[in-house]
Amino acid sequence: HKSCMSEERRQGQDKGVRPLSLAGHVGFDSLPDQLVNKSICQGFCFNILCIGETGIGKSTLMDTLFNTNFENFESSHFEPQVKLRAQTYDLQESNVRLRLTVVNTVGFGDQMNKQESYQPVVDYIDRQFESYLQEELKIKRSLHNYHDSRVHACLYFISPSGHSLKSLDLVTMKKLDSKVNIIPVIAKADTISKSELHKFKIKIMSELVSNGVQIYQFPLDDETVAKVNTTMNGHLPFAVVGSTEEVSVGNKMVKARQYPWGVVQVENENHCDFVKLREMLICVNMEDLREQTHTRHYELYRRCKLEEMGFKDTDPECKPVSLQQTYEAKRQEFLVELQKREDEMRQMFVQRVKEKEAELKEAERELQSRFEHLKRIHADEKATLEEKKRLLDEDQSSFSKRRAAAQLLQAQSLTANGKKDKDRKK
Amino acid sequence: RHEYSELHNRERRELFIRGTDLFGYVGIEAVLDQMRRKTMKSGFEFNIMVVGQSGLGKSTLVNTLFKSKVSRKSCTPNYEEKICKTVKLHSVSHMIEEKGVKMKLTVIDTPGFGDQINNENCWEPIVKYINEQYEKYLREELHVNRKRRIPDSRVHCCIYFLPATGHRLRPIDVEFMKRLGKIVSIVPVIAKADTLTIEERQEFKERIRQDLASNGICIYPQKEYDEDQEEHALNEKIRESIPFAVVGTDKEHQVNGNKVLGRKTKWGIIEVENVAHCEFSHLRDLLVRSHLQDLKEVTHNIHYETYRVRRLNESNVDFSVLGLTPWLLENGTADQSESQL
Repeated sequence: HKSCMSEERRQGQDKGVRPLSLAGHVGFDSLPDQLVNKSICQGFCFNILCIGETGIGKSTLMDTLFNTNFENFESSHFEPQVKLRAQTYDLQESNVRLRLTVVNTVGFGDQMNKQESYQPVVDYIDRQFESYLQEELKIKRSLHNYHDSRVHACLYFISPSGHSLKSLDLVTMKKLDSKVNIIPVIAKADTISKSELHKFKIKIMSELVSNGVQIYQFPLDDETVAKVNTTMNGHLPFAVVGSTEEVSVGNKMVKARQYPWGVVQVENENHCDFVKLREMLICVNMEDLREQTHTRHYELYRRCKLEEMGFKDTDPECKPVSLQQTYEAKRQEFLVELQKREDEMRQMFVQRVKEKEAELKEAERELQSRFEHLKRIHADEKATLEEKKRLLDEDQSSFSKRRAAAQLLQAQSLTANGKKDKDRKK
Repeated sequence: RHEYSELHNRERRELFIRGTDLFGYVGIEAVLDQMRRKTMKSGFEFNIMVVGQSGLGKSTLVNTLFKSKVSRKSCTPNYEEKICKTVKLHSVSHMIEEKGVKMKLTVIDTPGFGDQINNENCWEPIVKYINEQYEKYLREELHVNRKRRIPDSRVHCCIYFLPATGHRLRPIDVEFMKRLGKIVSIVPVIAKADTLTIEERQEFKERIRQDLASNGICIYPQKEYDEDQEEHALNEKIRESIPFAVVGTDKEHQVNGNKVLGRKTKWGIIEVENVAHCEFSHLRDLLVRSHLQDLKEVTHNIHYETYRVRRLNESNVDFSVLGLTPWLLENGTADQSESQL
C-alpha cells in the first residue's frame, strides 16, 4: 500500500495532528463501504419541487426522468391561488431504495394578479425546514428515522418564448435562491430552433446574473466529477423535452414525440438536454444536492429562526452565553408575555360580561316600560267600556220602564174597550 | 465528448440489466458512489479508549490493532511507567491513511485505573471524561451559528482489559462495566491471553459471560439495537464469543518462511494473527473492518441521545414550548392561545 506522507503531513499540520504511517494492512479502508451499507439498509430520500405554469410539462418530465407513471392530475387554469401538491413514491433500482417526493405547483402563473404567487412556494419550503427543526429540537428525537421532507432540488420551468425570462420567473427565483437549490430548465424545448436556443440560454443566464439570482452550480471540488460538472455548468439552463411514449426509430423503441415533420428523441443529446439533466440531477450530484440542502439552506433557516426567537451565541459583551442562560431569559420573557396575554384576555372577558349585563338591564327596563304602557292602555279601555256599559244599562232600564208603561196603557185600553163593547151590546 | 460519461454509461448499462425494478434506466444507484466519494474526501474520526490496570498490555494492543506506534507510550521518549496517584486521562491523536481513506484516530489512555490500594470510585474520572465529550458536542450542536462539521471527540469504543486470571469477574470489573455500559460501548477483552490454555480460556469466557448476564451489564453489541435479521445473526455470533482473548505485539518473526507478528518465547512463537493461537484477528475485524461505522452510529444515535435527553430535562429546556408559541404570539392566532389558557 502507499501512504502519501507529504499530503498527510500537510493535513496533519493543518489540524495539529501528527500523521502516522502504517506498517501493514489494518483494514479501515472498508469504512466507506460500511457507511454505504448502512445507508442502503436505511434507504435514501430525495425531494424535488417543480415550479412552472400549468401545462408546461412538469409531470411529464418527472415521469420521463424516473421512468415511471406517477399519478398525474390535469390541473385547471382557474385556480384562485397557487397551491402545491406533494406525492411520495417508493422506488427501487437493484439494491437502492429511494423515497422520492415530487412536489408540483398547481395554478402557477394562471392568476390575473401574480404578486403573491411565490408565497405558497416559499411557505412550503419553510414548513419542511420548520418540521425538521422542530424534530431536531425535541428532547426525545429520532433524527435517523425521520422522513426528510426538505426540498433538495427545485426545477424551475422556463417558458420556451425564445426571448427572455418573465418578471414572475425573476421574482420567484430571487425569493427562492437562498432557500433551495434552483436548477432552471427550458421546458418544451422542441418548439425552439437550435440557434434561437443558444441565444435564449445566454439571455437567461445573463438576466439571472444581472438580477443576482444564485442558481445551483454543479460542484467542482471533487476531481472525479469536476470536469463533467464544469462542462455541464456551461450548458445551463437545460433545454428539456419530456415524453413517456415510445416511437420506433431505426430498430429500437425510444422515448420520443412524433410530429408530422419528424421525431424528437428525448434521449438524443442532439435533440435536447434531457440526458444531461438526468445525469446531473441523479447520477452525479444527488448526494451533493442533499448535502447542500442540509448544510447550507437548512442551517441558514435554522440560524434565522433561532435568532428571531432571541437565541444568540454571545451576549452584548461578546462573551459566550450558555444555553441555559439564554433559555432561562427567553423563558422568563415568554412567561411574562403569556401572563400579559392572560391578563388581557381576562380583562376583555370582564369587559364583555359588563357589557352584556348592561344590555340585559336595558332590555329589562324596556320590557318593564312596555308593560306599564300596556297596563295603562288596558285600564283606559276598561274605563271606557265600563262607561259604555253604564250607559247601556241606563238605556236598558229606561227602556224597560217605558215598555212597562206602554204595556200598562195597552192593558188599560183593552179593558176599557172591552167594557164599551159590553155596553153596546146591551 | 465527455469521456467520463461515455464510460459511465457503459458501466451503467450493465448494472441496469441486473436491476429491472424501474421501467428503464434511471441511475439512482449512482448515489452510492457519490456517497462513497464524499466520505472519502471528508475523512473519518474514531476515538477509542483503553481501560485496565497497568501492565495489561493496553498500549501494545492498540499499536498492534493499528499497525503503528499510536499509543502515548510510544510517542513519549524515555517513557517510564509510573503508578499514578489518581486516574488521569491522556488522549493522543494521529492521522492515518489506507487506500485513500483518511482517519483521525484518537486513543484515550487511562493510567492509574485499578492501580491504587483503594480503587473505590476509580471510574469517576472516566465517566466525567466521557460525559464532557458529550457535553462539548451538545454545546456545538446547540449553537445558532454551527460549524459545518462538528468535531467529534466522543468516545466511540471503550476496550476494557480483563486480566487473565481464569476465574471470574472481579468487583472492580463488575462495578466499572455496569456503570460505563450505560454511557459508552464497552468491548471487554482478556489481556495477555497467552497464559491460558484453550480449555481454560473457554471456561473463563463462559464464566465471564454468566457474570455479565447476572449483573445486567450491557456490552457491545447490544441485542436491542440489532436492526434486522442479518445483523442479529452476525451479532449473535459475536456475542457468543466475547470477550476476545488477545495477545499484542509489534515484533515480527519468521515462521515457516513468512513474516508474522508474534511473541517469541522459549516454548514457541505465539502468532498474534493466527486464530488458532489467539482471538486478536476477531477483535480487529470487529473493531475496524466490520463494525467501526456501527460503533460510531451507536454512540451518536443512542448514547449521545440518552445524554442529551438527560441534560435537556435537567435544565428544564424544552424548545418545543418556546418554538411554537412565540410564532403564534407573533401571528396572533387567538384561538390557539385561548385554548392553552
